[in-house]
Amino acid sequence: MSILVYIEQAEGKVKKTSLEAVAFAKALANQTGEGDVVAIALGSIDSGELAGIGGAGASKVLHASDSKLNDGVIQAHASAVAQAFSSVGAKTLVLAKSSLGDAVAARLAIKLKAGLVSNVVELPNTSSGYTVKRSIYTGKAFAETSVTTENKILAIKKNAIDLILNDSKATVEPFAVTLSESDLASKITSTERATGEVLLPEADIVVSGGRGLKGPENWGMLEEMAKILGAATGCSKPVSDIGWRPHHEHVGQTGVKVAPTLYIAVGISGAIQHLAGVNSSKCIVVINKDPEAPFFKAADYGIVGDAFEVVPKLNEALKAEL
Amino acid sequence: MKILVCITHVPDTTSKIQFTADNTKFDTTGVQFIIGPYDDYALARAVELRDQTGGTLTVLNVGEAETEPTLRKALAIGADDAIRVNSSPKDSFFVASQIAHYAKEGGYDLILMGRESIDFNGGMVHGMVGELLNMPSFSPVMKLEVDGSKVIMAREIEGGKEMLEATLPLIAGCQEPIAEWKIPNMRGIMSARTKPLNVVEPVSNETQAEVSQYQLPPAKGSVKLVDKDNVSELVRLLKNEAKVL
Repeated sequence: MSILVYIEQAEGKVKKTSLEAVAFAKALANQTGEGDVVAIALGSIDSGELAGIGGAGASKVLHASDSKLNDGVIQAHASAVAQAFSSVGAKTLVLAKSSLGDAVAARLAIKLKAGLVSNVVELPNTSSGYTVKRSIYTGKAFAETSVTTENKILAIKKNAIDLILNDSKATVEPFAVTLSESDLASKITSTERATGEVLLPEADIVVSGGRGLKGPENWGMLEEMAKILGAATGCSKPVSDIGWRPHHEHVGQTGVKVAPTLYIAVGISGAIQHLAGVNSSKCIVVINKDPEAPFFKAADYGIVGDAFEVVPKLNEALKAEL
Repeated sequence: MKILVCITHVPDTTSKIQFTADNTKFDTTGVQFIIGPYDDYALARAVELRDQTGGTLTVLNVGEAETEPTLRKALAIGADDAIRVNSSPKDSFFVASQIAHYAKEGGYDLILMGRESIDFNGGMVHGMVGELLNMPSFSPVMKLEVDGSKVIMAREIEGGKEMLEATLPLIAGCQEPIAEWKIPNMRGIMSARTKPLNVVEPVSNETQAEVSQYQLPPAKGSVKLVDKDNVSELVRLLKNEAKVL
């Protein structure tokens, strides 16, 4: 028996969030005695990358290298993962919550007759029954959820576990999947992805700007800060609504929910809808010239001051200290 | 084209979240309920598509009688009729099973809903319905155009988007900027009163992952302010105290 982990890739690289899912599965397997961790990876990925999944705790990686799986066609990925699940005789599937992961997991819940819990924030309590803690109300509360099915799917939230990688290598085995016509009925015609940048939903540090920055031409200093810190850039809803920044940078209730270790908000007042997108951050820094900005109540550290004065100085200080 | 939009009845985004009965029930005291913001985008796009292509637009909610004002609001925004499946929404699987049953009965070409509800944030119901009905499902969809039976969509991915082509029937979980939210006008509100709202019973009671207990996060400590002329102090605190750099 094994726990199966669905691995996602971006441009041939295994996503860090998927490695977190592997580490989570390994800790779960140790707790429940469900054997080892097997990963299923789809499409063209470098074999060194695949073996490296061992560093997070997988003993084996099944690689379905069919190039039809390169794109994240939801139905095809769900079929392939279901075949791997039955092939390894797993009872539990673990995956990272993501745009593709969610869509695939939902279909698998039906295919595998598996109780599915999303936004999982810590290892399940398996001492009596099977209770999983998940984040709800956009980070404003948690729910203990009792899973009653034999098969289970856990979609984990970022930072549900500390990822420590070692040098272990996983055995990589080719895995043949059968895809039906309906699995491949939809097609991805093109993909636009910000390249060479840190992706916002997966970033460890996020630097966000709001209307206080007065215009898109003033984002340079935030981009500089992001570069110094290896951070992703985000923005508030009004900023993406007026088109100063692209929609995929909108952080908040109806935008991207982030869970970085450090969130730096510049010129954002902190409307409750914005806070909903950042309340899972470990540490929040707020820079705002209005001392009454509600964001200060949700912050760990704050500077009351004009962004145009504070940010350039902060960038210099960061450069000097890091 | 027959369109079905599934909506959730959820606390307004500014609501204070609290629980009662030993943390087993959501405290509705002073809470205003709304159409889920993502569902509202789905509904707005559905109204546009219905007006563009002709056909009908039905809204569905799985909920008890208190959700009817939310369904009436959807009718005021432009849906032609409404279905309420008479049960509290117990878990994603339960809700998906109800939707799949009534969607099959209605023979819809396009089923839209929000990418996720803003109470439980699962984002799973559209995919489950898709698998139950053997239809393709897509989420989060930020653009959706219908041309005959061909559908062109943009789906948000981490750091960007992908363009997709598929054919009807299909299911999409929607998000902005698929359409602008529509505010009901007086004529819509008046006509909503007499549009059909059918109450039907749940088809199965099976659940897989029900909530047993709620919890609130620990209270946040107060903010530590750093003087604006001493920003290097902030860097030191982040490095040595918070240990996040």
